[in-house]
Amino acid sequence: MKLALWTYEGPPHVGAMRVATAMRDVHYVLHAPQGDTYADLLFTMIERRNKRPPVTYTTFQARDLGGDTAELFKRAASEAFERFKPRAMMVGASCTAELIQDDPGGLAQTLGLPIPVVPLELPSYQRKENWGAAETLLQMVRTLARAPASPDAVPGARLRCNILGPTALGFRHRDDLIEIRRLLDAIGIDVNAVAPWEARPSDLARLPEAGFNVVLYPETAGLAAGWLRRQFKQPHTHTVPIGVQATEAFIREVCALAGLEPEAAIKRCRRACPGHSAWYSASVDATYLTGKRVFVFGDATHALAAARYASTELGFTVVGLGTYSREFAREVREAAAGYGVEPLITDDYLEVEQTVASLQPDLVLGTQMERHIAKRLGLPCAVISAPVHVQDFPARHSPQMGYEGANVLFDTWVHPLMMGLEEHLLGMFRDDFEFHAGAAPSHLGRGASARTAHAAAEPATAHAGESQAPSTASWSAGNPSGEAAIAPEPIVVIEPSSNSTATVKAEPGSPQWAPEAERELGKIPFFVRGKARRNTERFAAERGVALITRDTLYEAKAHYGR
Amino acid sequence: MNARIPISAQTCARPEPEVLRERGQREVFCGLTGIIWLHRKIQDAFFLVVGSRTCAHLLQSAGGVMIFAEPRFATAIIDDRDLAGLVDANEELDRVVGQLLQRRPDIRLLFLVGSCPSEVIKLDLARAAQRLDAQHRDSVRVLSYSGSGIETTFTQGEDACLAALVPQMPPSHAPEPSLLVVGSLADVVEDQLTGLLRELGIARIDCLPPRRARDLPALSPGTRFLLAQPFLGDTARALEARGAQHIPAPFPLGEHGTTGWLMAAAQAFGISADRVQAVTAPARARARRGLERWKPLLEGKSVFLFPDSQLEPPLARFLAQELGMRPTEVGTPYLHRALLAHELQALPEGVRLSEGQDVERQLERCRAERPDLVVCGLGLANPLEAEGFTTKWSIELVFSPIQGYEQAGDLAELFARPFVRRERISALIEEAHR
Repeated sequence: MKLALWTYEGPPHVGAMRVATAMRDVHYVLHAPQGDTYADLLFTMIERRNKRPPVTYTTFQARDLGGDTAELFKRAASEAFERFKPRAMMVGASCTAELIQDDPGGLAQTLGLPIPVVPLELPSYQRKENWGAAETLLQMVRTLARAPASPDAVPGARLRCNILGPTALGFRHRDDLIEIRRLLDAIGIDVNAVAPWEARPSDLARLPEAGFNVVLYPETAGLAAGWLRRQFKQPHTHTVPIGVQATEAFIREVCALAGLEPEAAIKRCRRACPGHSAWYSASVDATYLTGKRVFVFGDATHALAAARYASTELGFTVVGLGTYSREFAREVREAAAGYGVEPLITDDYLEVEQTVASLQPDLVLGTQMERHIAKRLGLPCAVISAPVHVQDFPARHSPQMGYEGANVLFDTWVHPLMMGLEEHLLGMFRDDFEFHAGAAPSHLGRGASARTAHAAAEPATAHAGESQAPSTASWSAGNPSGEAAIAPEPIVVIEPSSNSTATVKAEPGSPQWAPEAERELGKIPFFVRGKARRNTERFAAERGVALITRDTLYEAKAHYGR
Repeated sequence: MNARIPISAQTCARPEPEVLRERGQREVFCGLTGIIWLHRKIQDAFFLVVGSRTCAHLLQSAGGVMIFAEPRFATAIIDDRDLAGLVDANEELDRVVGQLLQRRPDIRLLFLVGSCPSEVIKLDLARAAQRLDAQHRDSVRVLSYSGSGIETTFTQGEDACLAALVPQMPPSHAPEPSLLVVGSLADVVEDQLTGLLRELGIARIDCLPPRRARDLPALSPGTRFLLAQPFLGDTARALEARGAQHIPAPFPLGEHGTTGWLMAAAQAFGISADRVQAVTAPARARARRGLERWKPLLEGKSVFLFPDSQLEPPLARFLAQELGMRPTEVGTPYLHRALLAHELQALPEGVRLSEGQDVERQLERCRAERPDLVVCGLGLANPLEAEGFTTKWSIELVFSPIQGYEQAGDLAELFARPFVRRERISALIEEAHR
């Protein structure tokens, strides 16, 4: 038994739903009690899908348990077949149905449906959402993929690939796919099939007709790609094309698999998908980005890519790297070693919060949970990974992959940080009345302090009013300026709310601030003031200094080298 | 662990409306979802779900948990070691509770909340609660109830929670009669309604649930209770079993509902109708003004309510009686006939009541009827909008202050908003559907 206050991933059957919902002409019959239908609204509300997910829930109740839940499953499956006329059916159990052991796969077999029926064994008490998606895609591919009559019988296969990985409810999967198709087109590669995104069962049947597979997200496509490699000797790509360098490494990898000359292909891709991020990063205006300390956490694919882009394309210093994808812990550990940081492999957000609080990075790159952590700690943040939020489905094209993806990353990560010249001016004119301790950052607009007050009042009210409304109201609440969230009150250092023990609290006997030191601290620009306060307190505590003076402040500054 | 069966039908004054009972896929939340408002309502209580990752995912998805630093609910996720018997689930639970109480010393009341998996593996949370209660009694009370989907839908979770509180209410021998208002209301609404009751001349008024666990009201032989929510059948039975008397009443939605609710209380306490009229006159006038603003937009429009919170029959009564709308189907997960007697009588003839759900068949009926407005859950709203229907999310009716005179206009506005919005962006909607 594990105490969970919040989780990064849902149960594995939600992963299966992500595959089913991405596909066409399939239906998923899920043996599940009332209430598990909550998962529908992830798709209809967060992703704003205009159709219900193709899922039938058997909805068994306590009074059925002594009776025939198996019969209930069979009825639900045959009715779903009659009503939705799918070309393939997935059957499985949610966590509760797993306990009653009705064997949905076996039961569905007895119905003799005239379509492929794919039984899914997704152990809910061991595994999680991303694995569930990967296993589902694997089982669908295993059941449906048909070997071509002869491997040589498919002409031009080498110049044809499949794209594996994009699912429903994925982080920018829709937009990444557009970008990857554009790149492949510029390289001169045809797309044979995409799976599971908008794939029909017949598309999965054709997968072996391609020369190779492009794996966009190892979390969801890794198992299927591995099986296709073993079964049909279909190689697959290993580079995730996030960032300019990774995009070009990806183009080279694709060219190697297709037998094409890579340098010409890269030129064509650059023409087809113009990128600005490389020049922007090289321009003098970006000098201030040098050595910004960045903490990265997310699913393994996005965390690894973000650390790489941050370090080699923006010139940041990676001070922390972690993932909740335990399946890819090894890769993340290796990368962390490369950055000389301790890897953080956890699905406990409180542990992530503690790490962020102790590292005090200049920028947090994480999931929506890290966005909230950063908000509480007064740190700039950008979202790079699922679990998804309604904000992660922007109306505009906003990929993470390819040249355009690198442009998006540049904008999204750099905007939360101060602009270059302005940062210098702020440093020189600290006494400017707009920078006093109570002022909100000007770039957050006049509403910032009002919003803060509102947010502070929120938890006190009972289940009343829209700001408290769960579901969509809270998905759409919060930061109106996009995913690049920044705290509305970066000045306030750590003001742990009475019920938060996660934030770093002053230990008893912690150093006190002399008034003159407190005044001096007030002159420090708001965006580094919190850090200055914490560093000074740590410096004083470590040296047993009881009263922080102006000198202590500057000794600490010299010690921490900023 | 028996299924909670809707309380038996009692005879009504006039023939009961026909009820369509269906069994199939239900598109409703389970009772765990009630935690989302209960943990805000009872400010020193913590809700620990003993369940699966699905339960945790449901709560955070439905509750938008990330908004706050740390919510007062969590899930003790059962894993394969618990199931395989490698560890003793009760010992594990004790360990997790210890861990939790250490983290949250501010907690005064801990609910162990049963889930589908904990019910199926027959983890006895009532006994676990007794054990833990004895262990931690000095600092925290430990109670249990079930919010499992195999036993409860959505608002029944609150019913189970409040029913678990009833045995804990201290006995009192105070001779004077007192009034207990039962059911979670937004604090602002609770204050308004209890204020009016006090003005009517009722001296002793308590609320269940209380805002703080330590303020759990006492029950005396003279306690009469008034339900503020229609889904509290088990709680009502538990209160009656302890000698409290139920005051049958309509529910305080809209002007008529609120007046009927107050009138019922007044009658039970020997207060004259004239007094009620006099005390409520200014608020009633305000409520009418609030309703008049939206009535022209809503009058004559048909409305189809999918089952969600059991608030559907009183809402349909409000829409029909106070705004002139035409309910075609009124769905509810369970129909507590006795508790809803006033509402059912006031529904227009010919309304189809449906209990339980087969969502596919219900959608077929809805599509055939083409109502002007569909009130439904979030899983159905966008797909129906995409089919050209105008929808109202039912969950907003649970999470907004809608009861009482001062909120009558707000409640009407919630139903008017989808029409107003459609009107404003009508050209765009055609575009979006192309």
